[in-house]
Amino acid sequence: MTRIGRLFENLKRSDRKSLIAYLTAGDPAPERTPALVEALERGGADLIELGVPFSDPIADGPVIQRAGERALRAGTTLRGVLDIAREIRSRSEVPLLLFTYLNPVLRYGFEALARDAAEAGIDGWLLTDASVEEAGDYVKVMRSAGLDTVFLAAPTSTPRRLELVAKYSSGFVYLVSRTGVTGEQDSLSASVGPLVRAMRAITSLPLAVGFGISRPEHVAELGRQVEAVVVGSAIVHLIERNLDNPSLEIQLEAFARELKHGFAMTEAGVREP
Amino acid sequence: MISQPDTGGHFGTYGGRYVPEVLMSPLEELERTFLEAREDPAFRTELDELLLTYAGRPTPLYFARRLTEKLGGARIYVKREDLLHTGAHKINNCLGQALLARRMGKKRVIAETGAGQHGVATATVCALFGFECVVYMGEEDMRRQRLNVFRMRLLGAKVVGVASGSRTLKDAISEAMRDWVTNVSTTHYLLGSALGSHPYPLMVREFHQVIGQEAREQILKVERRLPDAVIACVGGGSNAIGIFHAFVPDASVRLTGVEAGGRGHVLGQHAARFSGGSPGVLHGARSYLLQDENGQISLTHSVSAGLDYALVGPEHAWLHDSGRAEYVSVSDAQALDAARLLSQTEGIIPALESAHAVAEAVARAPQAAGQVFIVNLSGRGDKDIDIYRENFPELDA
Repeated sequence: MTRIGRLFENLKRSDRKSLIAYLTAGDPAPERTPALVEALERGGADLIELGVPFSDPIADGPVIQRAGERALRAGTTLRGVLDIAREIRSRSEVPLLLFTYLNPVLRYGFEALARDAAEAGIDGWLLTDASVEEAGDYVKVMRSAGLDTVFLAAPTSTPRRLELVAKYSSGFVYLVSRTGVTGEQDSLSASVGPLVRAMRAITSLPLAVGFGISRPEHVAELGRQVEAVVVGSAIVHLIERNLDNPSLEIQLEAFARELKHGFAMTEAGVREP
Repeated sequence: MISQPDTGGHFGTYGGRYVPEVLMSPLEELERTFLEAREDPAFRTELDELLLTYAGRPTPLYFARRLTEKLGGARIYVKREDLLHTGAHKINNCLGQALLARRMGKKRVIAETGAGQHGVATATVCALFGFECVVYMGEEDMRRQRLNVFRMRLLGAKVVGVASGSRTLKDAISEAMRDWVTNVSTTHYLLGSALGSHPYPLMVREFHQVIGQEAREQILKVERRLPDAVIACVGGGSNAIGIFHAFVPDASVRLTGVEAGGRGHVLGQHAARFSGGSPGVLHGARSYLLQDENGQISLTHSVSAGLDYALVGPEHAWLHDSGRAEYVSVSDAQALDAARLLSQTEGIIPALESAHAVAEAVARAPQAAGQVFIVNLSGRGDKDIDIYRENFPELDA
């Protein structure tokens, strides 16, 4: 079992929820990422999604697009992200999920990447443009290296597709809160509830919800429904606004803490059966 | 040869569906609608009527007598897709997809455009069907194809400039896909080339295969034999697949796709995916792709905006690997020279994209006496007048 699997088991035993924090590796420079990850972890992030920058990120909104451009300009490569992961792993046991697009992974080669990623202490992968139909080889190779493969389920997914997503996912299933690209928004989409219920009916895997979640109130609301909440663009936006600010790490830690506090609001309030 | 693509949209190992999960169900809906429509005689009748009375099909197959005499070799015929309404073959596919959008009840249509020909054709069918229309176009392309930007606006479309990446077709497609991901329930993405996820490459081929069907019939009528070569430019590859498809079973017909050789062989200076690229995944499909050693997509260059793209349509990748078609490249300078030659020998000003196919015919014809060539003249050159002026300053004194 990966660190991701163990995380969700431990949380289940203690009846707690997890905060998943996304940041683009190498933004603003590869050598800065480990300290940013540590700050998020200190603030309470339970799992880190490390985005591997890609030149044509079709599923990302402007905030994460700009982060990817900064990271690529700073020379970030997939190989470099594995080095970043090793650096993080030398000091921390926080579960690491790599989040990217298929082409850099294809270029590296599934077999070589699975081996190198496992060795670097990475726990799993999420490829936004790898549909389950095309993912057979990838899943087989990653799983045999002991890595989790997380897939996205969307509000537009048909029941047949939800079954496939559940079947190909390990670690957890990532539910997309709404149709659209990544990015912050004020209120949560009403489509999450039905998607959570549909997924619960077919899988016992933990569920995480992401896309558009930026505030403790969102975390509180979703904490009643799922095991984990993903915050991405709001974190990346904070990094962007403080690129040269020496207190960036302190702010990031405080923001993670504030988000994590959202779960306490859940736990103090009414819980869904 | 096995019929391509398979039910998952694969041409050999190319094509397929590589998109975020949000788009998978809409692609399935589009595929279902398309497969039903093509079996529906009413759909076929309505599309044929529009092609006949609105687009201007069939287009002539014209014998380029003076060009043939000047080159002194192969007899060169030109398939006049440039004479279609809106000035390029793009309208064939746009009419077909507009009928599908109406069938799906979608009233908002989005598109990407490079040279602006597909954007203009999309804006045109949206005006015709009363759809809201948004066209994404790289800012660099908006600059070099200004006339088409205005045409789209005059037709009622909103043109959205894209400032990311190389600010060309690649970035316009990315932005159109982001729009589609967001507005998927109301919106049809009218993709303009033989690219993207299944069913697009199949569907775009079907809507353009009329080009080759007509050309095959026309050449048999005038020459009483098949051509020796069919030559077409390849950006995404829609006009090429349209004219090639009818000839694929005719093993004696040499099929040549012409890519943009740009300014040279260095990565970033051209859009020759077959000679300079390798298989990869971009914008929903697996095919030959210009990329760096880390799998990042390369920037491309061509004087012609319509060929300036990092990925080739997946069916071309399969035709290439199977050896049924060959792919060559022609430089900016050769294309410009060919455009001028065709203009002055035949009185036909070609689009810069189509000029690449003309250039290949010009290069080969002198050594091909006794042979018959068909060049697909996919578009007319009005949109390129500013670029021709820049490149032929001696004519602009």
